[in-house]
Amino acid sequence: MSVLIGRGTRVVVQGITGRDGSFHTQGMLDYGTKVVAGVTPGKRGERVHSVPVFDSVEEAVSKTGANCSVIYVPAALAQDAIYEAVDSGIPLVVCISEGIPVRDMVEVAAYMRGRHARLVGPNCPGLISPGQSKVGIMPGSIVKPGKVGVVSRSGTLTYEVVWQLTRAGLGQSTCIGIGGDPIVGTRFADMLALYEQDPSTSAIVLIGEIGGSDEEDAALLIKRSITKPVVAFVAGQTAPPGKRMGHAGAIVSGGSGTAQEKMARFQEAGIPVAKTPSEIPGLIASALKPGRKSKLTLLRSKRGSKPGRLAGSAKSKRRGGSAKRSVRTTSRKRPTAKAGRRRGR
Amino acid sequence: MNLHEYQSKELFRGAGIPVPPGEVASSVEEAVQAASRFSYPVVVKAQVLIGGRGKAGGVKVVRTPEELRREAGRILGMDIRGLTVKRILITPAADIEREYYAGLVLDRKSETPLLMVSPAGGIDIEEVARSTPETILRVPVDLRGLPAYRARAAARFLDKDPAIQKQIVPILIRLVRVYREQDASLAEINPLVVTPKGEVLALDAKIVLDDSALDRHPDTAAWRDLSAEDPDEVEARNKGLSYVKLDGSIGCVVNGAGLAMATMDLIQFHGGKPANFLDIGGSSNPEKVEAAMGILTRDGRVRAVLFNIFGGITRCDDVARGLLSALDRMKVRVPIVIRLTGTNEKEGREILGQRGLPALSDMDEAVRAVIARAAEAA
Repeated sequence: MSVLIGRGTRVVVQGITGRDGSFHTQGMLDYGTKVVAGVTPGKRGERVHSVPVFDSVEEAVSKTGANCSVIYVPAALAQDAIYEAVDSGIPLVVCISEGIPVRDMVEVAAYMRGRHARLVGPNCPGLISPGQSKVGIMPGSIVKPGKVGVVSRSGTLTYEVVWQLTRAGLGQSTCIGIGGDPIVGTRFADMLALYEQDPSTSAIVLIGEIGGSDEEDAALLIKRSITKPVVAFVAGQTAPPGKRMGHAGAIVSGGSGTAQEKMARFQEAGIPVAKTPSEIPGLIASALKPGRKSKLTLLRSKRGSKPGRLAGSAKSKRRGGSAKRSVRTTSRKRPTAKAGRRRGR
Repeated sequence: MNLHEYQSKELFRGAGIPVPPGEVASSVEEAVQAASRFSYPVVVKAQVLIGGRGKAGGVKVVRTPEELRREAGRILGMDIRGLTVKRILITPAADIEREYYAGLVLDRKSETPLLMVSPAGGIDIEEVARSTPETILRVPVDLRGLPAYRARAAARFLDKDPAIQKQIVPILIRLVRVYREQDASLAEINPLVVTPKGEVLALDAKIVLDDSALDRHPDTAAWRDLSAEDPDEVEARNKGLSYVKLDGSIGCVVNGAGLAMATMDLIQFHGGKPANFLDIGGSSNPEKVEAAMGILTRDGRVRAVLFNIFGGITRCDDVARGLLSALDRMKVRVPIVIRLTGTNEKEGREILGQRGLPALSDMDEAVRAVIARAAEAA
């Protein structure tokens, strides 16, 4: 099992004859992804790494049964590529292209509303379900099958975290980069809900960064309805206000969207926040320890909130753990007690 | 890309938004010439791509040519938060009876542009949002643009006088149109003033264009004022690097924006201070590496440089070759600490090893090492 992509995923590559499209098609094939078709208008009949090329996504779908599209076309053509995939009935559209004008994405977002297709990205590395399928550009060598779901706004920072998880023996169910643009198709909240429902995922790593308020929304959602343990990390604590940090969406504007604010929201929601990427595996490992009750169980049981147990999940390997730990524990204890009272009597 | 006030007003004027006349000058003589076309008093306004110019003394009303000479001479060349004023806008002083705010931004949550209007004009809208949020009306803008009925509601929110409302309505509709047609990420009139004669005017203007859409607007993109930007950031952009200068002593070169931010944070976590944000992107082109090293080492405060490369699409051996060729072509006096992990890591290490450059594989270890080297070099 996995989330969004798995063994049954049949991929059509939009922009397959381009430099990036062709390179990453090879990478996906090497990983074992079922790349069944490519699309480049005017190149029908060609083959790229033996994958047949069609003129349109519609034709590719009808001839090959593709159920997932990955887009590598130049930014100026990306909006049209997304529309074509959605209109051809593709349920999962992954857009890797970077630098799409915001206005194009405002229009895409309006078009997608109420439609069943899911867009991942743009400006993202795609997804990988270790041992099953890879759609996008994530390196297959750093992942390993397992129970941790990873969701991130970044590319290489995701690789860093995934690699550290793998080294610590913590495999992943699915890893996804949702993209660094101000408007993206799939947000943290969407992925949290999917991981929550996925039986193969037991814990979730959320990697946020400065800009926007998706992390804040995610913190609220986790508090309300996610029972699986979540560990969060937020990049950009040292980012100056008003400056765009590489990603189009990574900007602190008007004092909002700071890393500090986001970390505080997670902590208030009782979610352990890693201070460095290397703390993440330890936090996940203790969250997954046998005998540790799920968050929901804790929320439901009146006496289940022994501070020590919760603190264990937030335990820091590094210095300065204890003070922070007690803060987290108390902030988490309050909703626990309340919920217990409400349900218990 | 930020536009100057005079450039933003040019776009507003083209869209039919009433703006006061004005001329740009880059010398005192030009300023006097420009002012001779208007009647005194006139306003001298520093054209810098940063807020807070009024507080810094970059905006002055003058009543005579002598006063104009003095103030234009003072403002031209003055430093406003690190940027030198090279141009001033000369514009007739307007009498103000009431002043309002009207601006458009992208609302990331609803994924649509958002029009904000407030009767609290002339002050920073973020300040208004904090202190008196109830004085801001937010109007979501969908694909239809701004329907007139919504513009009328916004105009009523701003002013009680129907004759004034009637003038505000087309201004708001046109503001929304400029935002959309120019691919702006911000379009702001602050203040939008009502004069004693009952005219409505956009007295100040600010437009920020979406960098990703500049290809669609070659004419506006050509307005970029390189002299008004940090030269290192200009060079970085020209070389395809994403660079932001900070004030620490540890330079960093990283592939990927998220990892670059995390690297800066980790430097601070371990007790150092990052000198910059720098994402070299997926490419390992030696010229990019060289440009990055050039920018970092030119900054005298940089005591050591950290390369943090996580090879995915980027291949570690390519980065290693790029780094060596950059080192061959330039003199680098500061110590360099290299972290290489991922695709072709082994090959990359071998290439660096032949030149006696060790490469670490752990990010924390590399950050601690570069902090130590910087301390030795200080």
